[in-house]
Amino acid sequence: MRKLSAVYRKELEHYFQSISAYVMISLFLALAGYFFYSIFRYYNYLSFQAGREPSLADNLNLIEGVMRPLMSNVSVVLLFAIPMLTMRLLAEEKRQGTFELLLTYPISDFEAVMGKYLAALSVFAVMLGGTLMYPAMLAIFSDPETGPMVTSYIGLFLMGASFVAMGIFFSSITSSQIVAGAATFAVALFFLIIGWAAPFAGPTLSKVIAQFSILEHFDSFSKGIVNLPDVTYYVFITAFFIFMTLRSLESSHWRT
Amino acid sequence: MIRVENLTKYYGETVGVRDLNFQVETGEVLGFLGPNGAGKTTTMKMLTCYLPPSAGTAKVSGFDIIEQSMEVRKRIGYLPERNPLYTEMSVRAYLGFVARVKGIRPPAQRGQIDGVIERCGLETVHRRTIEKLSKGYQQRVGIAQAILGDPEILILDEPTLGLDPKQIIEIRQLIRNLGGEKTVVLSSHILPEVSQVCNRVIIINHGELIAVDTPDNLRSRLAKAAILRLAFRDEGDAAARASRILESIKGVLIVRQEPGGDNARIFTVECAPDRDIREEIARALVGERIPLLELYREELSLEDIFLQLVTEEVS
Ligand SMILES: Nc1ncnc2c1ncn2[C@@H]1O[C@H](COP(=O)(O)OP(=O)(O)O)[C@@H](O)[C@H]1O
Ligand SMILES: [Mg+2]
Repeated sequence: MRKLSAVYRKELEHYFQSISAYVMISLFLALAGYFFYSIFRYYNYLSFQAGREPSLADNLNLIEGVMRPLMSNVSVVLLFAIPMLTMRLLAEEKRQGTFELLLTYPISDFEAVMGKYLAALSVFAVMLGGTLMYPAMLAIFSDPETGPMVTSYIGLFLMGASFVAMGIFFSSITSSQIVAGAATFAVALFFLIIGWAAPFAGPTLSKVIAQFSILEHFDSFSKGIVNLPDVTYYVFITAFFIFMTLRSLESSHWRT
Repeated sequence: MIRVENLTKYYGETVGVRDLNFQVETGEVLGFLGPNGAGKTTTMKMLTCYLPPSAGTAKVSGFDIIEQSMEVRKRIGYLPERNPLYTEMSVRAYLGFVARVKGIRPPAQRGQIDGVIERCGLETVHRRTIEKLSKGYQQRVGIAQAILGDPEILILDEPTLGLDPKQIIEIRQLIRNLGGEKTVVLSSHILPEVSQVCNRVIIINHGELIAVDTPDNLRSRLAKAAILRLAFRDEGDAAARASRILESIKGVLIVRQEPGGDNARIFTVECAPDRDIREEIARALVGERIPLLELYREELSLEDIFLQLVTEEVS
């Protein structure tokens, strides 16, 4: 555990000693802020309309009108942000040869990988935490339900955790950061949009596809419900990619 | 201390090393010598548990590199070939990280880090970022991380590669100092380095072990012919007479002559290595009143031995 935290600490220091983490967090918050602003304006516009035409007001509340669109936009921003966060993790060490040295220290592959994974996850958590200021603003001016807000954040965190796991896996199979980042983006995108294919597939296939879709599993979180199968889905994706990362490190095939 | 048994590594079809067998005794400095591509790095990567052998194994302090790699890794300090470091960190922060990963207990960390900083002569630069240091200092940082945690064995892969001559001398001195207390395996493709620093040499080429011995023994064992050089004043028929006398002495194989400076004549005499005939030659020449100026035996350098070994393998 002490060795894991040594790796964790070193990675975290690296993120926050280079300006890249600050740039990424700021960019992420700026984008999320932009989405929040435009969604909120649109919501205001709808409210204004509803003032004249009360039938429009039926479906109008802050959760449906602001938070859910915001969450799905944030998940798209994550698609870009997380590969940037994770692509360096192992690829750069492999390119520089430092990873070889790290693996000859008395540290297990698991400790080395988890130290890195948790560091990237922490930076992601800081990013996500930053976006809390938008719902906080809503709460100042209005009175949104807190339940769906909290579960949405749990869902986004779990989604991000699985993206980070994909990211560390792709960083482990190449020594090129660009390749690692691009592959993470492509696969995360695939998981995100695969649900779009569901309506066009047959009844059985569409159920299978829906099972794989990241958005499908996010849906109930944004409605304020935490379903065990949905949590299991994200945990499974995360564990699967971390396991694959360990497998891909040459050493885990043979040494004990 | 290290016992290598039939160690073999294939990279697909390519041979990395084949069927290596050797031992390293406690406290010795072993030189691992061979041209580029000989398999030095491959062997070291297996000993440090980074690469799995294709066949065979090695025992380090009695622990198997495959079955008990964690125990092996606790006992080895490793300096890889290109000295990979986290160059964005400061020397001290980097060593702090290594100390934690090596599992040094927190109360002992500070003292140990100070110790290796002093040992490796890093006192003046320990707060600087590694990438800002000269290659020589970076190499010291590489050695510092290897000796941190006081491992019994050091494995240094071409520790002087890419350094300038002054830095090379300093790094060799540092390694020699470490040699007294630790078992060191050091690879090199530079012969004088190995003969200066090591007690024993292993020569490999094309992944196969060619010879194991002390630098001195290798020199005498492999001396095919001893070479003597003579010089005398070139007056009258001295050259012709000397040539006749030399050829009549038993054990002389080939005599060559060339004019030297200062009115001297130089003879190169190859003789059989089994008997020292210097005295006999001197007595015969002086007895015949040849004006002898010099007579000495040329040492066969390891460099020559190495060339012989390698060319022999190829042909
Ligand atoms: N990762 C690798 N993949 C394929 N072949 C390799 C690899 N590493 C080394 N080799 C080959 O193995 C042989 C030994 O290489 P190496 O151990 O690096 O030699 P040395 O360190 O003595 O220069 C060479 O023929 C080299 O081309
Ligand atoms: Mg090498």
